[in-house]
Amino acid sequence: MVKVFIYPATSLILSDLVARFGHEPLGSAVKIREHIQSPGFDSPPIQMTSEDPQKGLKWAAVEVPSGIRGRMSLYGPLVEQAEAAIIIDEPDLSFGCMGCARTNELLAFMLREKDMPKLELRYPASKEEGVTFVAKIKQFLSELPGGTK
Amino acid sequence: MSQKPYVPEYVGTVTKYVFVDSPNTTPQDVAAAAYEIAKGVMIKETCFGCQITGLPEDVDRIIAHLRVLDPYRIFIKDRGFPPGDARRCRADLGGARPGYLGHEFEMQLARYFSYGLEQTDKMSAAELKKAAGEILPEPEAIDAEIIEQIIAEDK
Repeated sequence: MVKVFIYPATSLILSDLVARFGHEPLGSAVKIREHIQSPGFDSPPIQMTSEDPQKGLKWAAVEVPSGIRGRMSLYGPLVEQAEAAIIIDEPDLSFGCMGCARTNELLAFMLREKDMPKLELRYPASKEEGVTFVAKIKQFLSELPGGTK
Repeated sequence: MSQKPYVPEYVGTVTKYVFVDSPNTTPQDVAAAAYEIAKGVMIKETCFGCQITGLPEDVDRIIAHLRVLDPYRIFIKDRGFPPGDARRCRADLGGARPGYLGHEFEMQLARYFSYGLEQTDKMSAAELKKAAGEILPEPEAIDAEIIEQIIAEDK
């Protein structure tokens, strides 16, 4: 079993396919869960604390907006743990504010830079493309150590 | 600024979303099947399927049972927050929960994923390799004239 980073990190289908074919998906939910289950000081609305942008300094420079550094404090450790990645190019669903957009760019860059097996593809727009999409992911995951053939 | 201690709830549990998009299996079927073997695990029935919150091994047991119901049309993913969390629950916030926009987008494509899963399941290793070698076409760029029209309409 391999830890596979999914991009977009909130993707339902990537999370499902990675788990379905015998690996562990690494996405936002995993880190958010860890974050909100840790005791500390109350910091509404989503339990981000003032320490998080400081932790994000490991992956984004100090002049980078705190919103990006805060997000990177969630994604950075996941990218470091990742042993493989599936990246969907220009996913419509992760469209958001500049904080999200720049974090997404940095995240995609970090994943592409890291020396590990990667699969890049697009969302399907027809049934036939759906077959190609699933086949690519299934083939990629089966070639990773511990994947289900 | 005074800070009060934050005491987390449901520590050690995991929450999973179960989505179903099928002509044969309804969200009620999924929730009922989950309740049958719940044994104290929290199940929340929703319009798209259900949410399951419990210890990882209990949740995995229920998910393995649910996947069998409609293997190509049931999709499962992790959720960070437990159900009803005031920071995310729409009963407190009003309107749709932010994450649903992403789910809505991907569930529109669910029929393609289901078809893909069904077809690839029937394939031999060689056929799968051939299908995986196909190229997913780039989406067509918007015509420059259409962009000009949009700009003109905005003026």
